[in-house]
Amino acid sequence: MTDSPAPRHIPDRLDKPFRSAIFSWEALLVVVAIAIFAINSFASPYFLDPYSLSDLTFNFTEKGLIAFAMALLIISGEIDLSVAAIIALASTMTGMAVQAGADTPVLVLIGIVVGLGCGAFNGLLVTRLGLPSIVVTIGTMSLFRGIAFIILGDQAYKGYPENFAFFGQGYVWWVVSFELVLFLIAAVAYWFLLHRTIFGRRVFAIGNNPIAAQFSGVRVGRTKFILFCLTGLMSGIASVLITSRLGSTRPSIAQGYELEVITMVVLGGVSILGGAGSILGVVLAAFIMGLVTFGLGLLNVPGIVMSIFIGLLLIIVIALPIVWRRLRGGR
Amino acid sequence: MKAFLKYREIWLFAAIVLLIGLISTRFPAFADPGNLRQVFNDTSILMILALGQMVVILTRSIDLSMASNLCFTGMVVAMLNAAHPAIPIPLLIVIALLIGLVLGAINGLLVWRLNIPSIVVTLGTLTIYRGATFVLSGGAWVNADKMSPDFIGFQRAAFLGIPVLSWIAILVIALFFVLMTRTALGRSIYAIGVNPTASVYAGIDVGRTKFIVFCISGMIGGLSGYLWISRYVIASVEVANGYELNIIAACVIGGISIAGGIGSVGGAVLGALFLGIISNALPVINISPFWQMAISGSAIILAVVLNARGERQQGRIILRKVEAVT
Repeated sequence: MTDSPAPRHIPDRLDKPFRSAIFSWEALLVVVAIAIFAINSFASPYFLDPYSLSDLTFNFTEKGLIAFAMALLIISGEIDLSVAAIIALASTMTGMAVQAGADTPVLVLIGIVVGLGCGAFNGLLVTRLGLPSIVVTIGTMSLFRGIAFIILGDQAYKGYPENFAFFGQGYVWWVVSFELVLFLIAAVAYWFLLHRTIFGRRVFAIGNNPIAAQFSGVRVGRTKFILFCLTGLMSGIASVLITSRLGSTRPSIAQGYELEVITMVVLGGVSILGGAGSILGVVLAAFIMGLVTFGLGLLNVPGIVMSIFIGLLLIIVIALPIVWRRLRGGR
Repeated sequence: MKAFLKYREIWLFAAIVLLIGLISTRFPAFADPGNLRQVFNDTSILMILALGQMVVILTRSIDLSMASNLCFTGMVVAMLNAAHPAIPIPLLIVIALLIGLVLGAINGLLVWRLNIPSIVVTLGTLTIYRGATFVLSGGAWVNADKMSPDFIGFQRAAFLGIPVLSWIAILVIALFFVLMTRTALGRSIYAIGVNPTASVYAGIDVGRTKFIVFCISGMIGGLSGYLWISRYVIASVEVANGYELNIIAACVIGGISIAGGIGSVGGAVLGALFLGIISNALPVINISPFWQMAISGSAIILAVVLNARGERQQGRIILRKVEAVT
């Protein structure tokens, strides 16, 4: 499903060698994904079951949703480390609204609006005050989650309405979950935004050379501000999904997600230095990370050991093309 | 430039004095010299770690794996001590430094030889080192009753009225001060941060210097591993989870620019002290410890805003020169 359109999705690249390099990156990801899929289906008899495979998708849909917006942000040369903290704050606010007797539509709205607001706050600090985003978002990471801790302490919010559970636990059709559908819709939307619109071209331009982009009439600050808002928005949506799936809110919710989301984006071939990347790569990376986590989970491998595999995967997949290029160049 | 840096540290120092003053209006015993010594001792490990992180950040890199390195080395040292209590503590510290050095060298090699951005490398090793701790220990804890009395007592022993832990911190601060202000390596580290291309033309091996810098931060991580475990007398996979961001926060508050080239030993130490004072003060002035995270987050943002103001003034001068040339 994902491998055949790959070459056709890239033609917005300017120079051909670069284009083929990106193509081979996604080809590499497809190979890795197929290999892990095959190993998994041999390793565990429970893997090739529609219901298992459906469970698998929950491992990456929420983080994947954020990863799309994060990919755009990283391509533009910025980063947002506060996404998991935004989830915590948005979820806490949703929980407060439940205590006040709010209904499901209001809860969803609050989650999304809080996410958007946090993103806009990051965006303002970075673009208006010209601060480095990595430091700003380390600060807001503590601030947002800190507010959640002040509000909740060691308590938890529960008692979400029954129909609120649909977003994180509901199925649209057979084994296709609402989260998966949302993930796929977002994938298409972000693919279109990044690879088919003027806005997307501007994101690449800013990432490659912000000063040249500025002189070409791109509103660098405004574009980056929008990207921070989008990342906040996606975190807000993810917060609704996670809150609905878990049915409770603690201030430690989604702890450590920011690093997993960034791992996903980088594994997907987005350059951490900005200026290059594709949504298809991020989708593939999301699948790969879901496959690894779920496959190892079926084999009763503890989560912390899985993280070794994710870490190794990240370094090896990045190092491989470099080593290969060097070996070829060395001859 | 030098006067400017000094100015910034004096500023931070004044903020710390003000903070202590504010706290002592609610709890007078806080400003007591004995208590301040206690706060310094409590913050020692963070100060040491912040110095290790500082040299990395100065070269425009970042080491996210320090807390995982600390966790892994701490576990190795604790298990060694539990299995062979006869190993003298100084030898254990050397072992901790060496393990940390190896872990740091892995980061450094990947950054130097393969040119992978440090944030990606250390993001990967962050999870790998902590996972390796789990594999090594099988998820088990090493508790206080398995550690030898020397292992726990070494850093608590008082020397001239100050615990050994504080002396180690003072020694590390002195070493870093000499390194950054009196050696060629220190100058190269600043040079790379300010302008990597010019550094190459000045004859500095940028890749190798970055490798050395990661070896330094690795050794610091290893040393802190022993100090942390013997201080909190428990070694587990969860030790210092997420602490890498506290270390970076201390650097940022200390005025070390994440863009590289700007920062000093004094700044890193004061930044760590600032965070240490807040975490020590909250319980005594009856503020819930749950406030700590939001307060340090606000402090980070405030510090960045203030530092950026100073850097922008510099930037403007450079810009004017550029305009004059073109």
